Amino acid sequence: MNPTILYAVLMLGIAAAGSAMILFVVAKKFYLEEDPRIDGVLEILPGANCGGCGYPGCRGMAEALVRAADKGDLSGLSCPPGGNETMKNVGHFLGLAVAEAEPTVAVVRCHGTRQSAPQKLTFDGPASCIIAHALFCGENGCPDGCLGLGDCVAACAFAAMFMDPETGLPVVDEHKCVSCGACVKACPRHIIEIRPRGKKGRRVWVGCINREKGSVAAKNCRVACIGCGKCAKACPEKIGAITVENNLAYIDPKKCIACGLCIPVCPTQAILATFESRKVPPPVKEAAPGVQP
Amino acid sequence: MRHGTFKIGGIHPPENKLSANIPIVTLPPPAQAILHLAQNLGASPVPVVKPGDKVRVGTLVARGEAFISAHLHSSVSGTVARIDNVLDSSGYKRKAIVIQVEGDEWEADIDRSPDLVAAIDLNPGEIVAKIKEMGIVGLGGAAFPSHIKYIFPAGKKADTLVINGVECEPYLTADHRLMMERPDDILMGIRIMMIAGQVDRAVLGIEANKPDAIAMMTGKARAVPGLEVKPLEVRYPQGAEKQLIKALLNREVPAGKLPPDVGCIINNVGTALAIYEAVLKNKPLVDRVVTISGKGLLKTGNFKVRIGTPAQALLAALGEELPAGTGKIICGGPLMGKAVNSLDVPITKGTSGFVLVADREAYRPAVCNCIRCARCVGVCPMGLEPYLLERLAVRQNFTACEAAGITECMECGCCSFACPAARPLLDYIRLGKAQVMRSIRERR
Repeated sequence: MNPTILYAVLMLGIAAAGSAMILFVVAKKFYLEEDPRIDGVLEILPGANCGGCGYPGCRGMAEALVRAADKGDLSGLSCPPGGNETMKNVGHFLGLAVAEAEPTVAVVRCHGTRQSAPQKLTFDGPASCIIAHALFCGENGCPDGCLGLGDCVAACAFAAMFMDPETGLPVVDEHKCVSCGACVKACPRHIIEIRPRGKKGRRVWVGCINREKGSVAAKNCRVACIGCGKCAKACPEKIGAITVENNLAYIDPKKCIACGLCIPVCPTQAILATFESRKVPPPVKEAAPGVQP
Repeated sequence: MRHGTFKIGGIHPPENKLSANIPIVTLPPPAQAILHLAQNLGASPVPVVKPGDKVRVGTLVARGEAFISAHLHSSVSGTVARIDNVLDSSGYKRKAIVIQVEGDEWEADIDRSPDLVAAIDLNPGEIVAKIKEMGIVGLGGAAFPSHIKYIFPAGKKADTLVINGVECEPYLTADHRLMMERPDDILMGIRIMMIAGQVDRAVLGIEANKPDAIAMMTGKARAVPGLEVKPLEVRYPQGAEKQLIKALLNREVPAGKLPPDVGCIINNVGTALAIYEAVLKNKPLVDRVVTISGKGLLKTGNFKVRIGTPAQALLAALGEELPAGTGKIICGGPLMGKAVNSLDVPITKGTSGFVLVADREAYRPAVCNCIRCARCVGVCPMGLEPYLLERLAVRQNFTACEAAGITECMECGCCSFACPAARPLLDYIRLGKAQVMRSIRERR
């Protein structure tokens, strides 16, 4: 046999054996004792690493769950994409009961579409809401409204959001949304809110977060909340789900029974719902004349 | 002869100094003045008037209590109508004092005569106090409160005063016209600043595209002992403080340090004039010179206007309408300025001009992929790698952004100007810088 090949094989063999010894010793000496339940919980979690639970990835959540299980209380921890099913399995695995959490979904609290909030300015910079937000009020002049550049869509790991090219607003696909909250964090204007899905998927919310006076808000957008308070009056007294503060109505999802009484009384049709209200809405006023760009 | 300039980076955009030969015209006070509180860098001053109060020109309306803050004075006489949130140039509402103008009455102790006052009998401390009292800020654009530049940290001493007469932004000619029309007043301002900073040497830098201003200032400079006028090569951003110090004195301001660390005080010629008027004529910062320019305009101009005047008044004074096909209105120069929503925005202490850009020039070209030509690296005057900073900022790797020196970026825009792929370099660098600055503040 050629001695060069022999030497090569021999030398590499010795080096490999030496390295294997070092690796073996290190693995034994520095072995990290880890709770085997962490891996078990990790198996049950969806593995999306979305961060919706508030921990860095599913492993972080698994560690937190095991820590909480040692204290004997899993309340306050929930996996939004996995939902109640996953949490029940985790509870079963750790031998603890888990209270059922109300299912939630992301809602977009702005419906100033291209039609109802006409464009007055043009933004020519990179398509990023956070950059546009730092520079100016937005193409339609509303300082609180959706910028329509899709940071929320880019942040969604579950493809549950898309930009509607017709309205220029993001749309949440409620079947795919796991309410992880990534879009809430991505929106520089805090337009998106995580709200309970409601009984039979019936939910009502105010599609506006503009806190300016009614006349000012209506100048930019004809479906803006003008803070008139009609909805608060329409809401049954013993329910009292609607509060008007700083020229803006807010519907408390914990109190709202989704009766739909507030929807037709809104003069600007700012209240949105997942169902058709049986009441007839009043006619919409013409859009205020826009300022020339 | 080749003039001096700074060594790293820089660009030479088309100068377009259309209004260079048009004398400054003083505009009458507006019907209503809107004084935004956030006019200076640092903390906003706190209002000391209430709606219904009568004010005169020069009445203190807001006090700057914080260390980095400046007083705000009424620029008109009349009644305070309201203190409310008013739209500013970005379309957001910011707190402002709105004054309904009645007549034009000035505070009694303001000397409004055009005569030159040449006697200075104040000591440095008194001068600095006066600058602070009159609410003077840097008029070059950043609006940094001027008095702070003369309060030196213990153990440091200035030896040179650097005066910025560069005006490196295209279109703008406000400083140029001031040097042509009021050289004696500017030189008095420089003398006052030399006394305040306790220095015996001053250097005035002027770019070579203003030969008339160079001749004018050189001829007059003999009146001020220790002052030297240096012509400089035309190069943007020569008006930035670190670049100007390098160009004039060949001193390098280290990263993270400021001009005092290399023994310099640096001010603009417009500020020199304001300091002269403040110290010797008791005049607070109530007006400034603003350029309005643009290729679409038949006439361009330089106007001395009261702070709080809407920009629309400049166009009206030219006798022009907004030209058809105007795509963008920029407040400030075209490189560092900001596009505004409308011409209703009030002029602030930091407004150096308005540039009207035609539709076809207003839009950015389509963005392409980075072709690794490194032109952005070549033009960056701070020696940074803009392509890298942009990528890191897009990926939100802010730790790496900080390590790559993103806080040194002064947002001059040379990289975006030079990029053949039209990448939004500065937009993302600005985003990354803001994020890094925030995390640095949180760490403290």
